[in-house]
This record gives sequence, structure tokens and C-alpha cells, in this order.
Amino acid sequence: MSLEIRNLHARIAANGTEILRGLDLTVEAGKVHAIMGPNGSGKSTLSKVLGGHPDYEVTEGEVLLDGVNILGMEPDVRSRAGLFLAFQYPMEIPGVSNANFLRAALQARLPEGEELEATDYYARLYEKMDMLEMDRKFTARSVNDGFSGGEKKRNEILQMLMLEPRYAILDETDSGLDIDALKIVSHGVNAMRGPERGFLVITHYQRLLDYIVPDVVHVLVGGRIEHTGGKELALELEAKGYDWIKDDIAQAVSA
Amino acid sequence: MNATIEAPIETVSEENDSLMTTGPDFASHPEAFRARQRAAWEKFVSLPMPARTDETWRFADVKSLSIAPYTRAEVVDDGDRAALLKKSIGIVETSGRMVFANDCLLARDIYNDTLRAKGVLWLPMEQAIAEQAELIEKHFMRESGVLGSAKFAALHESQVKAGTFLYVPRGVEIALPVETFHWLSGEGASVFPHTLIIAEENAKVTLVDYFQSAGDDAGFACGVNDIVVGNGARVTYVAVQDWNRKTLAFHLNNTTVARDASALALRLNLGGSRVRDEAVSRLRGPGGRSDMLSVSAAEDDQIFDQRTLQIHEAPNTSSDLLYKNSLNDKARTIFTGLIRVDEGAHKTDAYQKVRNLLLSDEAEANSAPGLEIEADDVRCTHGATSGQVDMEEIFYLQSRGIPLRLAHQLVTFGFLNEVIERLPGEPLQQKLRELLHGKLG
Ligand SMILES: Nc1ncnc2c1ncn2[C@@H]1O[C@H](COP(=O)(O)OP(=O)(O)OP(=O)(O)O)[C@@H](O)[C@H]1O
Ligand SMILES: [Mg+2]
Repeated sequence: MSLEIRNLHARIAANGTEILRGLDLTVEAGKVHAIMGPNGSGKSTLSKVLGGHPDYEVTEGEVLLDGVNILGMEPDVRSRAGLFLAFQYPMEIPGVSNANFLRAALQARLPEGEELEATDYYARLYEKMDMLEMDRKFTARSVNDGFSGGEKKRNEILQMLMLEPRYAILDETDSGLDIDALKIVSHGVNAMRGPERGFLVITHYQRLLDYIVPDVVHVLVGGRIEHTGGKELALELEAKGYDWIKDDIAQAVSA
Repeated sequence: MNATIEAPIETVSEENDSLMTTGPDFASHPEAFRARQRAAWEKFVSLPMPARTDETWRFADVKSLSIAPYTRAEVVDDGDRAALLKKSIGIVETSGRMVFANDCLLARDIYNDTLRAKGVLWLPMEQAIAEQAELIEKHFMRESGVLGSAKFAALHESQVKAGTFLYVPRGVEIALPVETFHWLSGEGASVFPHTLIIAEENAKVTLVDYFQSAGDDAGFACGVNDIVVGNGARVTYVAVQDWNRKTLAFHLNNTTVARDASALALRLNLGGSRVRDEAVSRLRGPGGRSDMLSVSAAEDDQIFDQRTLQIHEAPNTSSDLLYKNSLNDKARTIFTGLIRVDEGAHKTDAYQKVRNLLLSDEAEANSAPGLEIEADDVRCTHGATSGQVDMEEIFYLQSRGIPLRLAHQLVTFGFLNEVIERLPGEPLQQKLRELLHGKLG
């Protein structure tokens, strides 16, 4: 069982600029992989391409979710197939309450004609909110509308807890979180870790990886995975920056 | 290839029965009122039909305004009455309800004693016209039809007998909403529902009107409501317009707000084929406030034509207009609005905002907000925007497993629901959300 990305090439549909340039990465179920990399290297693009965002065109490669190629699927189908994206910049949906939004997302997972049981739903929702120390008032508030940066990120994790995906990609979920919130959110993620679930955690700061300890760390530069290591790689990057990896690439190219 | 066979066009056989030739005739009204109705009829007959060249009918579809096909409605039979009463369901907890079908009273039920409070008058219009001559003389249609529909206001005045008369005396608060259901039934039938709310000093009340059709016959509705808010009083008025898709409707609203009083009106436009909706708020006393809200979900070839006027006559008054429209298919919405700040109405706060959400390339929204200021030290903003659904919002919803069609519905619902959220009272909001859900599918 794995989320397997093979030789993925993707470009911006509007102008043809290639952003992902032959990316290979396999997240096995039960593992946590982290991706680090300079600004603009394509980390968010990768997560959106996996989610099926219409701004990007895949020109080559495959993405196999437990063996099934998801690239031809609509974004909602991918989600129901078990993929989850926690966005770097979550959208605000004015006028749609958080509770109704999550309800619609869960309802969409039920067979035609079956209705979500309201009491069970709220019981579960409140349980997860308690776990993330979120005030109940967030159920009635519009999705992310007027939420602070940290509240939005917490709300992303709430959605993940409710939807129970098989593979979750967390794009800079730590940025905007205060230290306490970082612990709470990490606790939420760790509670979901298990042999049947894989995580891809995108971050700039190794601090997050103290809380969500990764099995593997990758460095994404220029649309490709350029370096892979264990959790100590994050510490090394924190100390040395990315230049040495970029230098390695330059040498490899000139050699 | 199949040949298309044109259905025979039905013509109105008996000219005499059409509204255009039938003057007022209500034996139950007192003579003074009947004289008033005859004068209104003369006015209706003498005024010309609106033309697109009239400033107040800019962008309008004036071709579909002919009322020649419509006749006075017949009394509905007993079986239909029972069915309509059953369908007259509003909010769970209310103070009372009245039900009218084809302008005849079917029911008047009191559910809460505040409606029996000393001095409260909650009457069908017909009875009020007969018994409350003084209040009627003082408040009934004193300033109607100034936004272009003078002819139709006159028609309404000449034909009126149904609707709600609600007088709330000084200091009385009616906590739970009062509801009125108006049903239109039968081919070519017409109704003239009226709502007259008079809230005396520091009184408080909420009234909800539901306008619906019994079946899918073509019909005509020409309603007027007058809302008179006394010093320090608070009135909330909600009109749910859900006539069927073959109905031509006029809804003309007049609100006057006295010192430190506040009026909040919300119209929810769901049904109708052609709907002309005019709303005037007059801020007569310092400290007065008027919230003018509207939610329209237009689809197919529906046309919602809305005209508004916010008149600030006194200093320190505020008005806040927010109209939101979603337009699908070939639907059209029209808005022209004016904020008028009279000389001496200093420290006025007036806002006017129209937002159109275009869900189809063929839909069309025309909006023309306007300002006319003759006082100093005022704060006024007005603006109209039209846009499409934000694809990033759609992707976000889809990324949670919500299918595309439902994602569009949710975003549209949210856009309109933001206006509903300004209503006081969760049950009332909930009711309107349900109705909106029903329309958006
Ligand atoms: N829809 C788009 N239109 C135009 N340019 C885009 C688009 N999406 C991505 N890009 C460009 O592609 C590059 C990669 O962007 P991406 O957001 O994936 O970077 P990132 O690695 O997530 O950076 P950060 O660490 O700052 O979040 C950037 O140069 C960005 O400007
Ligand atoms: Mg990014």
C-alpha cells in the first residue's frame, strides 16, 4: 500500500511553464515523509497537482494511490478515494457553515440514498474539535471566513480528522501556528498515524518534525526530489541551508 | 424530422371579465373607502402603461406587463382550502397566522397570547377597512408607487380587500413572529395582498408574508405593504416571494421610520416569471435606521426587477441596503437604487450595495446605484459588483470530496445566505435557508 509518484511532470496550464520536472516519490502506508525545499521549488504545486487542481497540466508520469492511477480523476473523486490536502492557504467560503460543509463532505462519501446520521455526526465533530481545542462556535461560523491564520490551519486538521484519508498531504500546516497550537495540531496528526495511513508533510522548519517525527525527509529543488535522507537531514538543512544541494546539482549538470 | 405542431393560443374570450375593464366593487367596505377605490380606479385607467424610456423603467421588460389576460380570482372550493391550509407552514413557533387564498380569508389562528395583548389589532384587511377607518385613513397607502409603479399602486388600491393589518400599541413587544400566507389559485387569477404594520412608540414586532401559488396556472399578483415604525419601535418584515413560474407580480413596499426607530426588511425572491419589486424607506426622525435586504435566486428566464429609494429626511439617520442576486440560465435581474439625503439631514450614514453572482454566460444583471446628497457631513457609499463563482473555492470544496455541482450550489447558497444571516432570530433564518435550499436544488 502506498502513494506512488512516478516521473511526474506538470506545467502551468495558462502559460506552459513546467514546474514539476520528473518527480519521483513513494509514501508507504504507515510512514511519514517530509518535504523541505526553497521557496518556489514546487512543493505546493505538487500537492495541488496531486489534488487535481485545474491550473496545472500533467504532461508525463503517474500517481498511484494503492495501485490506482488517480490522475484522470476529478478532484472530488480523488478525495473520496482517500487523498487529503491540507492547504498552505485555505480558502474562505462565506455563508457556508463549517458544520454544513463537513457534513456535505461526509455525505458525499455515503452510498446514494443513505443519510448521514446527525447525532453521531455532531458527536464525532465535537470529539475532534475538543482534541484540537477548538471552540464549539467554529461549527456555526462560515468556513475559514475571518479565521486567523492559525485557526485556518487548525480547521484543516479538523477536516482531516473527520474525513480520515488514507494519504494526507500537509502543506506548511505549521506556518502561522503558535507554539501551543503546533503541539495541539501535531497531536491531532500523530493520533491519526497508523499502519494504514501515509503522510506527506511539507514544511520549512525542522521544529515541526520534532513533534511529527518523519521516517524520511526529501529535499525538493527545481521541481524534482534532489536529496533524500532520514530525520537528521532536516537538522542538517536547518544548519546549512539549501545551497549545498543546489551546488551538487550544478556540479552534476556540468560534469 | 418531426414537424412541430403549435399549440393553439388561448385567447381571453370574455373581455368583460378582464381586470382592465373591472372597477372596484366591494359591498363590505365603508362608503368613504369605496369612494377612494373608485378614484384609484380612475387613476389606474388614466395612467399610461410604463415605457422603457421612463427613467424608472430603464432595462425593464415592459412588454410582459399587460394585465389584460387576468381576471378577478374566484373563491377556492372547500377541498382546495383544506389542502392549502395544510401547506401553510412557516416557522415552528409563531404568535399567529392568517391564511388567504385568492384574497379570501381561510384562517386566522392565534398561537401566543402576546397577540391578544391590550390594544393589539391583528385583523384581515377587509375587517380593518370596515372598523379602523381612522388608522386606515392615516396610514394606508399614503405614499405608494413613487418608483414608477403608480399605475399598479392605483390598481392595488382599487382592488384591495385581503391581507394583514397589524397595529401594535405603545410599548408592546410581540416576541414571536406573526405569519401570513397568500395563495393564488386558478388560471388567470389575480390577487392584491396588502400588509399594513403600524408599530407605535417602542413597540416591537416581526411579520412574515409568504406568497405562493396553489398550482401552476398563470396568475397575477399586485401587492403593497406599508410599514410605519413609531418612535423607538422595531419592526422586522420578511417577504417570501415564491409565486409559480407563470406569475406576473408587483410588490411595492413603503417604510417610514421615526425617531430612534428601526426597520429591517428582507425580501426573498424565489418564484414568479416577471417580478417588479419596489422599496422605499423614509427616515423621518433622528436616530432612525432602516436595513433593506434582498435575496434573489433567479433561474431559467425569470426576471427580477428591483427599484429602491432611501430617503434621509432627518439628521443622524442611517440606512443600509444589501441586495444579492444569483443568476442562472437566461435569468435577468435589474436594480436601480437611489440614496437621497435631504437638506439638513446631517450625519447621515447610508449604504447601498448590490452583488450579482453570475452562474451562466447567458444570465444578465443590470445594476445602477445612485446618490443625491444635499446635506453636509454625511457618509454614503454605494456600489454594484457582478462576478462569477471563484474557482479556488470550488476546488477547495471538491478537494473535500464534494462533487462539482454540489460545490457550485454550496458557494451560491453561501453567497446568498450571508444576507439571511443578518435577520434576527435563528428559526426565521433557518426557515429562509430551507426555502433557499429548495430553490437551489
Ligand atoms: N497557478 C500558477 N500561476 C503562475 N505561477 C505559478 C502557479 N502555480 C505555481 N506557480 C509558480 O511555480 C513556482 C512553484 O510554486 P509553489 O507554490 O509550488 O512553490 P513552493 O515550493 O510551495 O513555495 P513556498 O515555499 O514559497 O510555499 C513558483 O515560481 C510559482 O510562482
Ligand atoms: Mg508552498
